[in-house]
Amino acid sequence: MDHLDALEAESIFILRESYKKLGKLGMLWSIGKDSTVLLWLSKKAFFGHSPFPFIHVDTKHKIPAMIEYRDKIAKEFNIDLIVHTNQEAIDAGMGPDHGRLVCCKALKTDGLQQVVTKYEFDGLILGIRSDEEGSRSKERIFSERNKDSEWDYTNQAPELWDQFKTDFPKGNHIRVHPILHWNEIDIWTYIQRENIPLIDLYFAKNGERYRSLGCAECTGKIKSNAVTIDQIIEELKHTTTGERAGRAQDQEDSYAMQKLRKDGYM
Amino acid sequence: MENTREVLRIVAVGHVDHGKSTVIGRLLYDTKSLPEGAIDKVKRIAKETGKPFEYAYLLDAFEEEQKQGITIDTTSLQFHTDKRDYVIIDAPGHVEFLKNMITGAASAEAALLIIDAKEGIQEQSKRHGYILSLLGIKQVCVVVNKMDLIDYNQGKFNAIKNEMNAFLKNLNVHPMSYIPISAFYGENLTTKSEKLSWYKGETVLEALDLFTQEEGLEAKPLRFPIQDVYKFDNRRIIAGRIEAGSLNVGDEILISPSNRTTKVKSIEAFVEKDRLGTVSAGMSVGITFEDEFFNKRGEVISHKKNAPIVADLFKTNIFWMGKNSFVKGKKYKIKLVTQEVECEVIAFNKVIDASTLGTYVNALEAKTNDVAEVTIRTKEKICFDKFADNQNTGRFVIVDGYDVCGGGIISGLVDSEGLIVTSFIKDEIKLPIDCFDEYYFDMNALEIKKDLLKATQYKIGDNVPFLGESYEYTKDFDVIALNASLVAKIRAGKLIDVITIGEYSYVDMTIINEKGFGINLTSEKDLLSYIDDYKEGNEVFANKWLNFTEYRAIKFRDGIE
Repeated sequence: MDHLDALEAESIFILRESYKKLGKLGMLWSIGKDSTVLLWLSKKAFFGHSPFPFIHVDTKHKIPAMIEYRDKIAKEFNIDLIVHTNQEAIDAGMGPDHGRLVCCKALKTDGLQQVVTKYEFDGLILGIRSDEEGSRSKERIFSERNKDSEWDYTNQAPELWDQFKTDFPKGNHIRVHPILHWNEIDIWTYIQRENIPLIDLYFAKNGERYRSLGCAECTGKIKSNAVTIDQIIEELKHTTTGERAGRAQDQEDSYAMQKLRKDGYM
Repeated sequence: MENTREVLRIVAVGHVDHGKSTVIGRLLYDTKSLPEGAIDKVKRIAKETGKPFEYAYLLDAFEEEQKQGITIDTTSLQFHTDKRDYVIIDAPGHVEFLKNMITGAASAEAALLIIDAKEGIQEQSKRHGYILSLLGIKQVCVVVNKMDLIDYNQGKFNAIKNEMNAFLKNLNVHPMSYIPISAFYGENLTTKSEKLSWYKGETVLEALDLFTQEEGLEAKPLRFPIQDVYKFDNRRIIAGRIEAGSLNVGDEILISPSNRTTKVKSIEAFVEKDRLGTVSAGMSVGITFEDEFFNKRGEVISHKKNAPIVADLFKTNIFWMGKNSFVKGKKYKIKLVTQEVECEVIAFNKVIDASTLGTYVNALEAKTNDVAEVTIRTKEKICFDKFADNQNTGRFVIVDGYDVCGGGIISGLVDSEGLIVTSFIKDEIKLPIDCFDEYYFDMNALEIKKDLLKATQYKIGDNVPFLGESYEYTKDFDVIALNASLVAKIRAGKLIDVITIGEYSYVDMTIINEKGFGINLTSEKDLLSYIDDYKEGNEVFANKWLNFTEYRAIKFRDGIE
C-alpha cells in the first residue's frame, strides 16, 4: 500500500463508521475538488451506492459555472441532492458589502444550520483538510457540535486509535471529516489516479486559474499556466503561497476562520 | 512518483513551555515547509500584539493559544526531507490537556521528547514518557532544548541525559539518541551547531531520518473485524478494514466469537481496478461469503489457525483521562476495534502516578491522568489479542457517559476465572466473598477505604483467615450470601460446606453476610423474614438487618501522599 492507498482506506473506514454509528447523515458537497473527492470516496465505500443525501448550501453568490456543473454531476452520479439557501438573508440583500464575515455567517453558517435543523441531521460529512488553515488543523475526525452548531474547540473529546465520538446527546450533531489528513497535493494526485471528474475552473485560462473555489466576489484567481493535473501538482510543489490566499474572508481578521468555525462554519 | 514516498508520523511531547511548538515551528521554517501566508500571518500577529516573532504561533493557531503562549490542542503539519515525508504532531504539555496530548501521540510511530535544559526533567516529561510506553511507541529521541540558557554546558546536558535514561529504562523505553539543541537559535536542529561542538551525534533532522517505519502487520495472523454488513443490491457485502494479515478469495475462514466457518466467495469493489484477489492489512474492503449467515458488526474474521483470543476477563494497562474517576463496579462501555460491549473493573491491581512511578497500594480507583493496571470483565465475550502480539486488536478505549475517558492495552489473560474473586468453592459451586477484606481510615485522604487483597479460593477443608487486622470472627461461623442464595459453613477455622439457602436452618452462632457484617438474627423466624426482605444494595434493608461493627472495626492508617 502506498501513501494514497492508506489515505483512501482511512477515509473509507471513517465514512463507513459514520454511516453505521450516526443516525441521520448528510454529506456537504461544495462542487470543489475536496468535496468531489469525498463524493468519489463515498461511492467506493458503499460500492457505488449513496446511502445518504448530499447537501449544497447555495449562497446565490457562487461562481455561475459551479451551479451548472453541480447539476450535471448530480445527474451523472445519481445522487440525492439537497440545495438550500438562506432565502431570508438573500431577500434582505445580504452580500459581502455587509462585511465579509457577516455575509459568510449569514449565507453559509446560518444556511447550514437551517439544513441541520430542518432535516434533523445527527451527522454531517465535510471535506475539510487540516493543512488548509489553522483552526482546521486542530480538528478531530468526529467533531461534536451543540444544537446551535457551536464548536467547543478548547475542550475537544479525546480521539485515538480510530475510536470516534459516537455517543452524544440528542440535538447535538457530529461533523465528520474523512479527508482531514489529506494535503492539497494528495487531493490532486488522487483525482488524477482515479480519474475523478472535476470542474474546469481549476485549470488555467489566459494565465489564471482558481486554486480554491467559493463565492464569486470573495474568491480570487492565481496566476498560473497549469492546464493539466501534472502541471498543477508541479506548480504546488514549488509554490510558497497558501491554498486559501485567494479567499478574502480568511484575511479579514487574524482569527477569522476560528471565529467563523466556532459558530458552525464548515 | 512522488506519492509512493514513505510517510512517517512523529509526535513532539514534553513538559509545558519546554519548547515543543518552537522546535516544530523552527523545523518547518528551516526546511521551508511553510507557505509565505503562514509566516506573514505570524509576523502580522506579532506586530499587532507587539510581541516578538514566535515560531510556535505557526502551530498554535487558536487565539487563546497565542495570547496565553500555550498549546491547548494537538496539531499536525507536514514537511519532508530528501529521505521521506513527515507528519509532525505537536502535543500540548500542560497536564490539563493530557487528553489532547494522547489524541496527538496515539497516531504517531515515533516521538521527540523535549526537555528544557534549564528547568530539567519535570512532571510531564516523565508522564509523557510513560504514555509513550503505553501507546507502544518504541522509537524515541530525547531533545534537550534551550541549551543557550545554560551556556551550552556539556555537564548539565549529561546530568539530564543520565536522569532521564534511568527513568525511561524502567518503562522499557530506550531512546535512540539525546540531542542538545537551541530551537530558538536553530542550533543542532537542521544544521550542526558550532557552539555545541562537543556533541558528535546527529542533528534533530538527521535523527528523524534514522527512525524506521514499523512494518509487519501484513505478516501477522489475519484479523478482519466486521464493520458493517451491506445489502444495497443483490450482494451481501461484509465491509471492514483488515487490521492484520491478508485474505484471498477462496480462503477458509473462521468467524469469532460465533465460531462459524465458511469460505471467501469474492472481494467486491466499486471500480474494476480495485477488484483484487488478495487484500491485506490496512485496506478497507468488502467481501462476500459462500455461506450466508447472520453476521453482525463486531465479529472478527480470521483463518482457522491463529484465531484471536475470545474471553470476557483480561488484564490491562490503562490511562485515564476522564473528569470522574475510573471506579470498580461501575458499568462502562469498552470499544475494541468494531466491538462495543459493557464492561467493569474487577480489580485495580496497581495505580501509578505516571510522573514519579510511585504506586498507590490498594487503590480502588484511577483518577484523572493516572495510569493503572486493572482487570476488566466484559458482559459478553469479545475477541482480542495481547497488545504485544498485535497492537491493533490489543488496545481499546473506555467510554463513560458520552465521552472516551480512558484507553488501554491488553497485557494478558487472568490465570483462571476463579482466581480473580476471593470465594468459597465446593465442586462447581462458587460463593464470592469480601468478608476477609480490611477496612481502614486513610488519615491523609480522610476517607474510609478498603484493602484489596490478592484473590484467593478456599476449597472444602481449607483454613480461612477468621482473624484479621480489622475483623474478628469466631472459629465457627456461617456466611449467608443472599446475593448468591448460598451459605458457607466454617467449623474449627476450616470451610466445611457450601449449601443453598433453602437447605439452611438457623443456628445460634456467629452469622455474617458475604461482606463480613453481622446479621441481626435470633431465630428461624428472623431468618425467613431476612430472606423475604432481601433487596440488594438497599439502605433500608441494610440498616434494618446488618451490623457493620459487630465483628468488624475500622483501623487508622497514614494513607498515601
